[in-house]
Amino acid sequence: MRFGVILALILAATWLSLSGYFIPMILSLGVISVLFVLWMCKRMNILDRETVPYLSLPQSIVYFSWLFSEIVKANVQVVKAVLSPDLEVSPTLTKIPYASDEDVARTMFANSITLTPGTVAVDMEDNHILVHALLKEMSKPADFKEMGEQSAWAIGEAVKAR
Amino acid sequence: MIDLILASSTEVKSAAIHIDWLSLITTVASVVSIFAGLFFVLAGTLGVLRLPDFYTRLHAAGMTDTLGAELILLGLILQSGFSQMSLKLLIVGFFLFITSPTATHAVAHAAYKAGLKPKLGKYKAPEIDGDVK
Repeated sequence: MRFGVILALILAATWLSLSGYFIPMILSLGVISVLFVLWMCKRMNILDRETVPYLSLPQSIVYFSWLFSEIVKANVQVVKAVLSPDLEVSPTLTKIPYASDEDVARTMFANSITLTPGTVAVDMEDNHILVHALLKEMSKPADFKEMGEQSAWAIGEAVKAR
Repeated sequence: MIDLILASSTEVKSAAIHIDWLSLITTVASVVSIFAGLFFVLAGTLGVLRLPDFYTRLHAAGMTDTLGAELILLGLILQSGFSQMSLKLLIVGFFLFITSPTATHAVAHAAYKAGLKPKLGKYKAPEIDGDVK
């Protein structure tokens, strides 16, 4: 119920910000759309904290700003490697253990790895992620450990503390 | 940008020099941001052309749609100011943040499952002076 109300508010805000028309016909179409999406979510039985992760919103904002600084750093490294005349790269495959048992935190971790240039999550197995790195110095497990803990904090622990 | 230059040139004629500092700063910031984004897109394209195999090329392509696209979007947001358009651009940036790693992972995972082996170890660009081995 609570998740449904919050999802409805988010959907309504998205509709209003994307349409920008406040005439009755468009607004009623918006109401119909929001109700339809809510009904579909109810029917699919996915109205839970994975679909509506509002509890960890502040942590997610902190996490995404940290991740953005990491992305900028990694981008500079990759640009240097790609634009250097002799193109010295050292591709590696590394197994990185998960930092959390939560599905959402694992997904967030793998997505963050892929979002960071120079590292791509190739495969997710039972207890580790297979990561392909462009440069050997990018595949240090210590760096991934920090990212994993941060992503687990952004999603997992906030939910557990509820 | 052109509007700004024209506007300032007409203003100079009418009165003493009067510069709209706020719009000057936002315009300069947005142009700098768009050009930085274009630089990353260009570097990403060069990377796709130069790198040796599928997986390494994927890294260069990913670079294009993280920092390149986000910087261009930031420049456009600064251009459009505080309006509905900038809110829409912000939403586009958010969706790029979610969808681009998902797509990259899907492609990499499909290639890995299909049995494409990545080239590992050191790689250097071949010599250009005739004796490519």
